[in-house]
Amino acid sequence: MNVTDSMISAPIIDTEEVNRARRRRINRIAKWTLPTLVFIFSILAWHLYIIINEVPHYILPGPLAVAQSTVTDWAVLWPATLVTGRLTVLALLMAVFGGVLLAVAFTQSKWAEMSFFPYAVILQVTPVIAIAPLLQIYIDSAFLAALLCAWIVAFFPILSNTTIGLKSADHNLQDLFSIYGANRWQRLRYLAAPSALPFFLGGLKIAGGLALIGAVVAEFVIGRAGSSLGLASTLLEASYRFNFGRLYAALILISVMGVLIFTLMSLLSHFTLRNWHESAVKREN
Amino acid sequence: MASEQMDIDNRAPLLFMRHIEKVFNGDVVALKDMNLQVNDGDFISLLGPSGCGKSTALRLIAGLLHPTTGSIEWNGGQSIDDLSIVFQEPTLMPWATVAKNVWLPFRLRGQSYGSVKTKILEALALVGLDDFADAYPRELSGGMKMRVSIARAMVTSPRLILMDEPFAALDEITRLKLDNDLLELKDKIGCTVVFVTHSVFESVFLSDRIVVMAARPGRVIRELQVKTPYPRGNEFSTSSEYTTYTRTASEALREAMELAA
Repeated sequence: MNVTDSMISAPIIDTEEVNRARRRRINRIAKWTLPTLVFIFSILAWHLYIIINEVPHYILPGPLAVAQSTVTDWAVLWPATLVTGRLTVLALLMAVFGGVLLAVAFTQSKWAEMSFFPYAVILQVTPVIAIAPLLQIYIDSAFLAALLCAWIVAFFPILSNTTIGLKSADHNLQDLFSIYGANRWQRLRYLAAPSALPFFLGGLKIAGGLALIGAVVAEFVIGRAGSSLGLASTLLEASYRFNFGRLYAALILISVMGVLIFTLMSLLSHFTLRNWHESAVKREN
Repeated sequence: MASEQMDIDNRAPLLFMRHIEKVFNGDVVALKDMNLQVNDGDFISLLGPSGCGKSTALRLIAGLLHPTTGSIEWNGGQSIDDLSIVFQEPTLMPWATVAKNVWLPFRLRGQSYGSVKTKILEALALVGLDDFADAYPRELSGGMKMRVSIARAMVTSPRLILMDEPFAALDEITRLKLDNDLLELKDKIGCTVVFVTHSVFESVFLSDRIVVMAARPGRVIRELQVKTPYPRGNEFSTSSEYTTYTRTASEALREAMELAA
């Protein structure tokens, strides 16, 4: 038995390592507990503020009143949630489909990009709230008009990110593909598409949020004409009737939906990229 | 046979570069009247200062550029399997595992992974990475990535492998190891190599023909032969023979620099 053997058999953990492990443990717990505590305290503060100042419910309803409205108005809120959800998801799917298709067309043909890219920009920079009333005139179905609105807002980040991504393939890899005689389709499938994936997923995260914003804006503008749609028009209607419990309930449901979409997109991005992309790879130290 | 050394002057020709001239933008002469005959089994180093057109020459052979005048001719015509390349960077696809990266040249010819799996694993074993077939490139060190790149270049058994300063970005120790391994590999698979470098020592150690080039305009000024037979190891790199060759090559390189100045 010599010194080296004993050193191997008993791994040395110095104080620095112990502290680091401890910090990691604390961080892991704090990551969940801190936001939860903030949530509980905010609700409590809100509740106390209402009680102490005797704020009337038509100015600001308390958390209990909002919770109550959520339950009693569920029959109104749930179908509205479904409508807004369907609107957002459909707009996002169309944005993905249209954005990716157009991005591929742009990168396959310089002429297509030169011809159409400026108009994609114009569509993007024109505020959707200014287009919505027009759409409402030309399209009979309120749902369809709102869908188009949400799509216009959501599709640009997908288009622009995917276009950049498709062009960002490593130059040496492109040369390698030329040397091996790759055809257009192989280049797109095996080189450009995987290179574009992180960019596309970044665009998707933005587009998810924008699709919801587009849906809400569209409902505000189009729903105003009496054609009741989803959560946003429910919210607007509740505000006209001073039904603030329902208004807040609708608002919270919209927020929840936004958080849900963001979480889904983040998870999707994480699981697609976790093996190779720096953004999703876990580092050892 | 791969291990048999054909005499340097009696090898069958593989490729001819005849009176190659390459002009960029109408006025930058990258290469002027370059003539080179690559023979089967050669290990040729293109040695020269930056701007001497050595990488341009390589890209011309690869077909990534086309000569302004002159011709490049493959003995017996060129097919798609004849050529592969190793760049200065490993140039691996980060989204694919090591084995899938090595599969690439086959995949682009429509061959399924299953049908060439043994070849891929053999190539990985040759570069000492058989345990890393399922690893992603980011998990490997710089030297290991370069080995993957070399495995990908060899896996199709091409007639000619082009190498564009493949070890220039690596540290000295890794580089020496890879130089040794490259010679071993070449001995095993018996391919022909055209190797671009700006290191006199590397060119003498690796090659049997050194083509010294000068800049402005890029041109060949001299060709040296290193007649020391393979296999070459550490005995060679510490021998007086090696010193003599490096002195000759250094003098030729200095001459090239003076010509350009």
